[in-house]
Amino acid sequence: MGERIKHVIADSQGVERTLARLAHEIVEKNRGAERIGLVGIRTRGAPLAERLAGIISEIEKGRTVPVGILDITLYRDDFLTTRKTPKVQATEIDFDINDRVLVLVDDVLFTGRTIRAAIDAVLDYGRPAKIQLAVMVDRGHREMPIQGDFVGLRAVTAPGEEVRVHLREIDNEDEIVIVEKIND
Amino acid sequence: MTNSTEAKPIVKLNHLLGLDGISREAITEILDSADTFLGVLERPIPKVPSLRGVTVANFFFENSTRTKISFELAEKRMSADTISFATSGSSVSKGETLLDTVRNIEAMKIDVVVIRHSASGAPRFLADRIESAVINAGDGQHEHPTQGLLDMMTLRRKVGRLEGLNVLILGDIAHSRVARSNIHGLLAMGANVKVCGPATLMPRDIETLGAEPIFDLDEGLEWCDAVNVLRLQLERQKSGEIPSLREYNRTFGLTRARLERLTKEIVVMHPGPMNRGVEIDSDVADGPYSVILNQVTHGVAVRMAVLYLISGRERFVE
Repeated sequence: MGERIKHVIADSQGVERTLARLAHEIVEKNRGAERIGLVGIRTRGAPLAERLAGIISEIEKGRTVPVGILDITLYRDDFLTTRKTPKVQATEIDFDINDRVLVLVDDVLFTGRTIRAAIDAVLDYGRPAKIQLAVMVDRGHREMPIQGDFVGLRAVTAPGEEVRVHLREIDNEDEIVIVEKIND
Repeated sequence: MTNSTEAKPIVKLNHLLGLDGISREAITEILDSADTFLGVLERPIPKVPSLRGVTVANFFFENSTRTKISFELAEKRMSADTISFATSGSSVSKGETLLDTVRNIEAMKIDVVVIRHSASGAPRFLADRIESAVINAGDGQHEHPTQGLLDMMTLRRKVGRLEGLNVLILGDIAHSRVARSNIHGLLAMGANVKVCGPATLMPRDIETLGAEPIFDLDEGLEWCDAVNVLRLQLERQKSGEIPSLREYNRTFGLTRARLERLTKEIVVMHPGPMNRGVEIDSDVADGPYSVILNQVTHGVAVRMAVLYLISGRERFVE
């Protein structure tokens, strides 16, 4: 089974513009950045959260927004059923999340199971005032009643397809593509 | 769960019976995971749901306080269901006890068995006969792998590396499963190991394990970056293997005077329980070089890592 890029949803400029819009929406909805904390879900949510924090800081005249990284491996619901044991990595939340508006950041919203795990994981660190969700792409096919508060792009996909968000921090380029499997 | 790149396959552990023959890759994976689990233990809610639905049985056929509590705590922190069985001394012969144990385990549908036994090889005996995963919590004079791992974790966190590190193991080498697991594990990680103790407590075949014996403690301390002091079992005196406890302390005890003569700082470890004033002096055990209480904390994290890596297996799929 091979795969091929079916469609490029966003190029590097598109990724930049989408992030800028998400940052503005986060600030607008929360009336400023005072109480906000961003938590990126490993792997690609982490650099996205960093970038959003940078843009928010520009919008809000230099106010810094705390950023954390969340590893949801230990909260997955498929640990005993999956064949592979996923690698556990550290969660790094170095700020007090109590009474903050916590914005979870991930690259792709798909089944909603990752976000369910992330909500459970984050609650073991304290009791935020609110939890909101920001994603670059919502590709549909939810298996849980979970929605994004801030959605960059919406993509119509078939279940077998994959949406990949490439980021320069990890993949050396910014690009969002839909990949389909092909029989060769 | 979003993209397939997220779940990377890692080293698989079916059982943990010893550190003999275990790869550097596997040890590194366990120690890396343990560092993460240490972070879990420091959180406001130090518990994760990973092992919900997994049943762990702790069978301790030999006395243990620290190891048993450490395993139980690790299991609870991972949300496993646990049962514990402890006995010291049974009228039934060891073979029969173990066979009964096998049958009980199979009847109770237990996923992971943690076993401590006075007979070397007991965990292997179980592992060969049951479906459950087996973790050796110390068997006779053979191995105590989670102790070896927590010692390595403590050293790695303290010094920053294991490769090239000079480690001296001090005391009753011949009867020590802790020594054996340390030697196997440290050598696999690229550390250098020497052992020091009275000739009567030194195994004849020690060099085949890859550790060079030294009979002068000051020479050994001058060579090493870290010393792991073993507990002296006091019955060794009755059996004539050491002349007296005072004599032992003078020749092989880790005293402050000895450490102060050194031109460098070394890390001091002890697996516990300590005989203060015999193999180690109180002011050394409680002193600035000692990482003995860190070892206890790290023990829980290492056992969480082992439980995690051992439990995530296909055998749980119906």
